[in-house]
This record gives sequence, structure tokens and C-alpha cells, in this order.
Amino acid sequence: MAKKLTLENFDEVINSGKLVLVDFWAEWCMPCIVMGPLIEELANEVDKEKVTIAKCDVQTEQAIAQKFSIMSIPTMLIFKDGKPMDQIIGVSQKQALLDKIDRYI
Amino acid sequence: MMNEQKTHEKYDVIIIGGGPAGLTAGIYSSRAGFKTCIIESGVIGGEAASTDLIENYPGFPDGTSGLKLTENMEKQAKKFGTEIIYDKVIKIEKTNQLQKGKYKILVTNSGKIQTKAVIVAVGTKPKLLNIPGEKKYKGRGVSYCATCDGFFYKDKKIAVIGCGNSGIQEGLFLLRFVKKIEFVEFLPKPTAEKVLLDKIKEYENVNFHLNSALQSINGDGKSATGITINDNTTLKVEEIEISGVFIYVGLNPNTEFLEGLVQRDKNGYIIIDKNQNTNVSGIFAAGDATIDTVKQIATAIGSGARAAINAGHYTENTN
Ligand SMILES: Cc1cc2nc3c(=O)[nH]c(=O)nc-3n(C[C@H](O)[C@H](O)[C@H](O)COP(=O)(O)OP(=O)(O)OC[C@H]3O[C@@H](n4cnc5c(N)ncnc54)[C@H](O)[C@@H]3O)c2cc1C
Repeated sequence: MAKKLTLENFDEVINSGKLVLVDFWAEWCMPCIVMGPLIEELANEVDKEKVTIAKCDVQTEQAIAQKFSIMSIPTMLIFKDGKPMDQIIGVSQKQALLDKIDRYI
Repeated sequence: MMNEQKTHEKYDVIIIGGGPAGLTAGIYSSRAGFKTCIIESGVIGGEAASTDLIENYPGFPDGTSGLKLTENMEKQAKKFGTEIIYDKVIKIEKTNQLQKGKYKILVTNSGKIQTKAVIVAVGTKPKLLNIPGEKKYKGRGVSYCATCDGFFYKDKKIAVIGCGNSGIQEGLFLLRFVKKIEFVEFLPKPTAEKVLLDKIKEYENVNFHLNSALQSINGDGKSATGITINDNTTLKVEEIEISGVFIYVGLNPNTEFLEGLVQRDKNGYIIIDKNQNTNVSGIFAAGDATIDTVKQIATAIGSGARAAINAGHYTENTN
């Protein structure tokens, strides 16, 4: 299952030493809802020793969204060693996300 | 994502695109007993899924959200056995197989798939303005989806480009969040329907720049901070400070992948006859991607039903 990212666990998750893909979403965003099952599939398929797939609700976690200047959802941010490396804005297919992850592992 | 096993499966009817037209075709085709699948490259529900309030779709006196409406269409299609595959169709193979009675081969991002009949229901995508700053600030101040991104502009001043039905309707939604909207319209008058214009006129925090062209979207490198507009008559150039720009300047059909196979008009809309036939036998088209000049859910579903029934007739004569 994708990990729920909150202000409390943010530092711990991002600095875990693993590559982290965060899906910024909200319940009123249809494209985000549609991406939901795909993100869960991704979470099940990646090598959990190396990669964490997380979801961040922009409505309850406004501080995180603001920190990374999220102004459009869905947006995926890829973090490596605690730093944002890449972003994907808008709906994307699973393979495209897997390819991105592979590039940073 | 399509798996290997599915790649070798054969269908009676494949519908490309899961908007209102495609979902309706799915309902009719699977209910009639045809092995049916919808291939969708983005969001099930299409353009309609992200429309906040739909007031002109029959059966909902108080209006309905596009999300609810299309979720129900999806349920209904699945109930009758329509399969949904998330993938993008990049080509319909041009072989002698395109003769009547033969399987057609669709090429997708992850493989090939065979079907007797095809219904193209790929809809449209927002037209880009191709002005400086538009690409650079996409997702950082430039948006094409009010329901997705309106939330990020609470108490901010924004611009809405285009005063057709979409621009005004989405503007009305955005007014729930934003402090002020600067509307920009290239034509001397807004082209939206009167009901919508009457509604927007009730607001004091809107401002109209008519007869004006958007020249650029400006920013600080990180996000958009303003727009530059040009008055078509006085040629006066004006810079307006805003935090977000929502662009609704029209649509382009998603039909590039049909190039060289299916006949389209000069704007890319698929040419169809009154039975939704294209120039290729066994390839039908429905919804906003066709030359039908009314682009509404009610018309999309009508043509989706017609395409499915005719695709069914075609399939029955195929071995
Ligand atoms: C802002 C806005 C407000 C609107 N308000 C209303 C309203 O109030 N009432 C009303 O009746 N109508 C309204 N409309 C119009 C309505 O949304 C459309 O007429 C309707 O969605 C058209 O349906 P469609 O199935 O033809 O296309 P779409 O809804 O565009 O669906 C096409 C689908 O095909 C998919 N696709 C495209 N290419 C491929 C490919 N190569 N492979 C696989 N899949 C593909 C797309 O991802 C998309 O999901 C509005 C539209 C907009 C933009």
C-alpha cells in the first residue's frame, strides 16, 4: 500500500535513504482519483527495499504542498536523498512512472 | 496497463476513449452481447469527469457533477461486461486486413490488440496558445482544470483566458475560491450563453478585458506572477499581476494517430456519415472528436449509442 505522507512522518519518510515517489492528490480532483489504483499497483510492484511510494493529500497537508509549490494536481515528486529530483504534472501511465523511478534508483 | 495475455485477446468491438461517448458505446455494445473493451489513455469520464456542475444533462433537475455522472456511466458499462484497459492507442494498423470481415489491429503503448469493429471516441484536448510562459509555468500557475487546481488559488487574483461557455462556467466555479478574476477575451464580446453571462454579471469581483489578446504569461522563474495583454484596437499593452491563469480558448481533437487512414476535416475532426461510419469500413467515430458541431454530453452519448448499434451490425457480418 502507498504510504500516507503527513507533516509528522515527512522527514522520516523522505530521509529514509530510499527513493521516494510522492503522489500529491485530493478527493475532489477526478484525475487524481483515477490515478489512485495505479499508484497502489505501483506501490505493490516496486522493490520495497529501494523505493517508497507515498500519497500526500494536499487538503489536509497544505504545509507540505506549499513547501514544494504544488499548484496543480495530480503532481508526482521524486525524492532522492531527501531532495526533490524530478516532477511529473498531470495524469500519467504506470510505465512512465516506473521508467522515471528506474532512472533515479 | 495491458498485460501480455490481454494483448492476444480478440474483441468484437474496441472503443478508443472512455468519455461519455465511449462509455455509452460500451453500455450498448456489451449489453447487446458483444465482447467489448474501452481503451483509455487518461481519465475515465473524459472532459466531462472534471466538470464541476452540469446543468443541461437531462434527468438531473438540480444539476449533477461530471464526476458522479461519468462514474455511473462507467459502472453501467462494466455491469454489462465492458472491460477497461488503461493504455494509449497510437495507431490503427493499415493492412489489407482493413477489408470488410477481417480483424483490425490496434497498436498501443504496450502491445497490439485485435478487434472486428473500432469506435473512435477520443474527444478533444484544450488548445494551447503557444505564447511565451505557457509551457514554462504549466502546473506552476498555468492550469487547464479549474476543479483540480482552483483550491490552490484561495483569496488570490487570477486570470481566465477565453469567455466562451467553458471559460465562464469554470470562472463561476473558481469564484468560490479566488479574490478576483480578470477575464480576457480575444473577440469584442464574450461568446458564452446568456444564462452563464447573467450569472457572472452578479459578481463584483470580476473584470473583463474584451477585444484583447494574451501576449505572454510572466513569472519569476518559479511560478506565474502576471500576464501581458494587448488591446486589438488601441494596441495598448497592459500588464496585470495575477497568481494563476486558467486557459479556455477552445479545443483540438485527439485524432493525430488516425493520420493517413481515417478521413478528417482541416481542423482534424473525423468525417462521419449519419450512421457514425468513417471512410474505413468497420471504423466508427462518435462524440466531440467528430465533425458534429455541437460538443455536449447529450450529443456525445447519442452518437455513442448510434456508433455502438451500427458497430454491432457490422460485427455480426464479420467472421
Ligand atoms: C470546461 C468544460 C465544461 C463543460 N461543460 C459541459 C456541460 O455543462 N454540459 C455538457 O453537456 N457538456 C459540457 N462540456 C462538454 C463535454 O465535456 C463534452 O462534450 C464531452 O465530454 C464529450 O465526450 P467525448 O466522449 O466525445 O470526449 P471526451 O470526454 O473528451 O473523452 C475522450 C476520452 O478519450 C481519451 N483518449 C484520447 N485519445 C486517446 C487514445 N489515443 N487512446 C486512448 N484514449 C484516448 C481521453 O483521455 C478522454 O478520456 C464541457 C467541457 C469542458 C471542457
